[in-house]
Amino acid sequence: MSQERSFKIAIQALGGQGGGVLSGWIVKLGERAGFIAQSTSVPGVAQRTGATVYYVELYPKRLAEERQQAPVLALMPVPGDVDIVLASEIMEAGRAIDRGFVTAKTTLIASSHRVYAIGEKIGMGDARISSGSIHAAAEKAAGKFLIADMEACADATNSIISSVLFGALAGSDALPMARDEFEAVIRDQGRAVESNLAGFAAGFEAVRYGRTEVSQPTEEQQAAGPAPAVRPLIERLHGQFPEATHAMAFEGLKRVVDHQDPRYGSLYLDRLQSVLALDRGGTDYRLTTTVAKHLALWMAYDDVIRVADLKTRSTRFRRFRRDVLAAPDQIVHVSEYMHPRIEELCDMLPPRVARWILDSSTTRKVLGVFFGKGRRLPTTKLRGFVPLYIIASLRFLRRSSYKYQQETARIENWLDLVREAAGYDQAFATEIAALQRLIKGYGDTHARGLANFSAITAVLDVLRRQDNPAEATRDLHDAALADENGVALRAALSRLTGKEEGSADAEAVA
Amino acid sequence: MAERSFAKEVKDLKIGAGEVFHGEGILAVTKALLQSGVSYVGGYQGAPISHLMDVLADAEEILGELKVHFEASASEAAAAAMLAASVNYPLRGAVTWKSTVGTNVASDALASVTSSGVIGGCLVIVGEDYGEGSSIMQERTHAFAMKSQMWLLDPRPNLESITEMVERGFELSEASNTPVMLELRIRACHVYGSFVAKDNVTPAFTLRDAMENPQRDYSRVVLPPSNFVHEVEKIEDRWPAAIRFIQEQKLNEFMGGEHGDIGIIVQGGLYNAMVRALELLGLADSFGNTELPIYCLNVAYPLIESEVVDFCRRKSAVLMIEEGQPEYLEQAVNSILKNAGVDARVVGKGVFPKAGEYTGQVLQKGVAAFLDEFAPGLERKPANGASRLNDTDTKAVAATVPARPAGFCTGCPERPVFSAMKLVQKDIGKFHVSCDIGCHLFSILPPFDIGNTTMGYGLGWAGASALQAESDQRTVSIMGDGGFWHNGLTSGVGNAVFNKNDNVLVIIDNGYSAATGGQHLLSSRAANKTKSTNNRIARAVKGLGVDWVEEVNTYDIGRMKKVMTDAMKTKKKGPKVIVAQSECMLNRQRREKPLRRKAIKDGVRVVRERFGVDEDTCTGDHACIRLSGCPSLTLKDNPDPLRDDPVAHVNNECVGCGVCGGNAHAAVLCPSFYRADLVYNPNRWDKASTRIRGAVIGFLQRLRNRRRARYAFE
Repeated sequence: MSQERSFKIAIQALGGQGGGVLSGWIVKLGERAGFIAQSTSVPGVAQRTGATVYYVELYPKRLAEERQQAPVLALMPVPGDVDIVLASEIMEAGRAIDRGFVTAKTTLIASSHRVYAIGEKIGMGDARISSGSIHAAAEKAAGKFLIADMEACADATNSIISSVLFGALAGSDALPMARDEFEAVIRDQGRAVESNLAGFAAGFEAVRYGRTEVSQPTEEQQAAGPAPAVRPLIERLHGQFPEATHAMAFEGLKRVVDHQDPRYGSLYLDRLQSVLALDRGGTDYRLTTTVAKHLALWMAYDDVIRVADLKTRSTRFRRFRRDVLAAPDQIVHVSEYMHPRIEELCDMLPPRVARWILDSSTTRKVLGVFFGKGRRLPTTKLRGFVPLYIIASLRFLRRSSYKYQQETARIENWLDLVREAAGYDQAFATEIAALQRLIKGYGDTHARGLANFSAITAVLDVLRRQDNPAEATRDLHDAALADENGVALRAALSRLTGKEEGSADAEAVA
Repeated sequence: MAERSFAKEVKDLKIGAGEVFHGEGILAVTKALLQSGVSYVGGYQGAPISHLMDVLADAEEILGELKVHFEASASEAAAAAMLAASVNYPLRGAVTWKSTVGTNVASDALASVTSSGVIGGCLVIVGEDYGEGSSIMQERTHAFAMKSQMWLLDPRPNLESITEMVERGFELSEASNTPVMLELRIRACHVYGSFVAKDNVTPAFTLRDAMENPQRDYSRVVLPPSNFVHEVEKIEDRWPAAIRFIQEQKLNEFMGGEHGDIGIIVQGGLYNAMVRALELLGLADSFGNTELPIYCLNVAYPLIESEVVDFCRRKSAVLMIEEGQPEYLEQAVNSILKNAGVDARVVGKGVFPKAGEYTGQVLQKGVAAFLDEFAPGLERKPANGASRLNDTDTKAVAATVPARPAGFCTGCPERPVFSAMKLVQKDIGKFHVSCDIGCHLFSILPPFDIGNTTMGYGLGWAGASALQAESDQRTVSIMGDGGFWHNGLTSGVGNAVFNKNDNVLVIIDNGYSAATGGQHLLSSRAANKTKSTNNRIARAVKGLGVDWVEEVNTYDIGRMKKVMTDAMKTKKKGPKVIVAQSECMLNRQRREKPLRRKAIKDGVRVVRERFGVDEDTCTGDHACIRLSGCPSLTLKDNPDPLRDDPVAHVNNECVGCGVCGGNAHAAVLCPSFYRADLVYNPNRWDKASTRIRGAVIGFLQRLRNRRRARYAFE
């Protein structure tokens, strides 16, 4: 076969994604089709999960033979001189753009899926970066931009992302080789041929025909309509709350009823209504909607009853099978990593008993023998399932428990703060409501969240005097989620109170 | 054996004259060594030359046929000392390592062998770990060549030139009685290309000949008065001999045309990138044909004065393309021209950056800047493919793309060591951590952020030796098994015992020199036909006189935490060593995965473990990720309409190492983690018990579902 022009191909990938396999395939493809092929990579530490570039140059053999000279091929891509960029993840496409590899002459083929970077994963809230600007820049920068969720393609075909990208390269028509020439390379290599070809086909079709939809199995819903026991609650919600709040309040109501019973749902609506009464309705009743969300989360607090219930549900059993990709009839045993402490036990006891235990070091020591270490509970076996099932049925104890008493007091206190602020600054009240987000998790995480929440609500008076109390509150909220050790929050708080004291001094001088 | 198997490539080492070799640069070098009739090869693995060691380790049979002795040296110093065999005997030998770190370690022996001089050709193949992908301090091997007066080859980065230079290097070494270095940059080591092979050569004079006919020449030993004579020899005999050989054999190349009164001097290794720059500027074709005169230095040291003078005479300006700093070549060319009374301006770091890799883009800019000033009339092509993005777009992209530092692999057994350390610091406060070289150095990055310094391979404990005073907090040093055997045993442990150190060392014993590609070492667990393995680190440490030694399974985070706390808090004085053991997961998976696949296929009962996170109970705080950083522990959208923060999620790469569960226990995290045991080819008991359980559990779940239906909303 005689080829007319050279091709410069950069693969922007993550270590461990098989970029080396892909560049090897492209080399073989080129050599079979009458090219002189050269590829390079930068192995070493980058291959341990870092970002890395593989680079391939294909030069027509015929032209070299005519000149009786060997072409001088480069060992790294030059910005503005790359014909094809294959990016194994959307942010890596962004990295290729950032490095100037993507220009008008470039066909950019990228997978739309995300592999989150460590910086995004360790955030205490949502530290994920949106890839929106990358999509926009890719559309604008590339001569041709082809994108599909290649990870989904790889999962659906039980193959690897390299074979999907190879298929996408074939489907893009950026190289003069035909589909069967690509497939021959995979066949020749003789490893995992079937799944690689399946992945290849998925990639080919994804960019050629835009077939990227992978059907997600959905839970079968028995749409039996609301049960009689909850109908009055729903009617009350629809009758007494503005429409803008319905969606969120409905979810909230559902959650608290699921947590306890319809009576608890009615308490939820009472509490929400007390906020609605103060909501002036601006911006779609944002205050009430925000409270609807966070009140439900708080009222459906995590205790052992709830955890035991969630762990034993039939829906959960179906879900973990799906999550671990179990075959239809495969036996799957699941065991939970639990670490019940004395605190969790006490949470369920009557307040007086709980306080007695928590205050008595002897009792703590005795009980500590049973609660000192982590346990693995085999939920799919009876000796794990039955205890959890029994704990889950202890709902009737909840209202008289220590935890319920504590949470009720905290919720009421929080609602008081929200309602008070609502009287003079709706946005401020909304931000106070949103602070509930800080309280999450279990054990130390929960304690830390609660401490941060308390530290911020303790300075509401100072916040109230700021030019923009809502914004100042949001700043503290963000600072609380900035790091685990509370450094940012302490700094933000001392800035806030320091400034306050500073201006107080200034007033005193004046 | 090593991370990558070279069974196929080994066959390529056997091909004979006229056949075409296809493969990576460093493998081509290996083939060229055999074509040169080498008698012995040694070295220490490390990117980018690991594959040279790996392929030879897999090539026992062919090495045996050719009577070549191959040794995986204990360190670069040991490898360099191997060259001593060529001082008295006409034996060709080659050694290899990662540079400049390896050259630092090898320097003592290198300087000695260069002083003695050699009669058998010696080639030192260094992987110049500089620029993108490098993991070490950015320095130049060039300085070592200059200080010892060894010759430094820097061939054009194509397989023909590289292999040709290997063979020429041996000849040069013999012609000048001096060891020769061959430097290959990272990408050149890994460049895939081809060259026409020659037959392998069995050396005429063998190692056995040498052992049975020992020769001794007192004047070759580095001791007065010979050492003084050696220095004079270097200047009066060896240097001129080298110059003669390089010139006669035309190792440096004069290329290009005669255009105008400018020219370019380029290091061989940068030739391809320079041609591409010229091509993009419209000044060369794809074959490197150009009107501009080019002087290509395949020998970077020594410079051939007469060649430099001839090239620069009657030129107004010469562009010196020299990567790295200090700019030794530019200084030398300037000095040569000054002495010769040649006026040409030497332009190097004036148009190029003083530091950093010379990428295609850097070269293009630099060459253009040079031409702008010294050949403004030269017709050029407009700049290649400008981006369609404006400033705002570019900035938005740059701000969006997240940093992706390297990290521990999925299931890595070193991760839980640092999870435990993070938890210990929470309990007893921060302490000084002295790091070493190896995968474990990823601890300095998020999410662990542990580690103050790294001083070199095996030097973790020595790096903390000054911090030895009456104190309420001890220091912790880290060392890998690779570094431990390389020199840490003496520089770290011996040093600590002798000086009555009272601090803590954690040795990561994962069974391989993992960071360099999974090579075996003394303490590897696996059996190895040609090497002695299974030499326990704890025994070596105790043998040196450490009393406080604990071996801990790394995945047992609870125990690891306890042992570390004990080591930090014990009243007992003296050095404390924790040997943290678990096999490198990358190598373990490579071994076990195919076996498991086969077993499943053969109908054998197999249980595969993996982990998962329950999205119902995960509240999206990600404390688990901050203690782990496992690539397979990631995020997904929170399916709960009431929550905004993403939930943790274990993806399908999970290898079931158990660290996330261990962390959940040790740090008392949430109850979201679960382990799933997937049973393949279940036996009768599996099936029966599952049926019974399923019936009972299903019944109870239906009861509960009935209750829930009473409160259903839709």
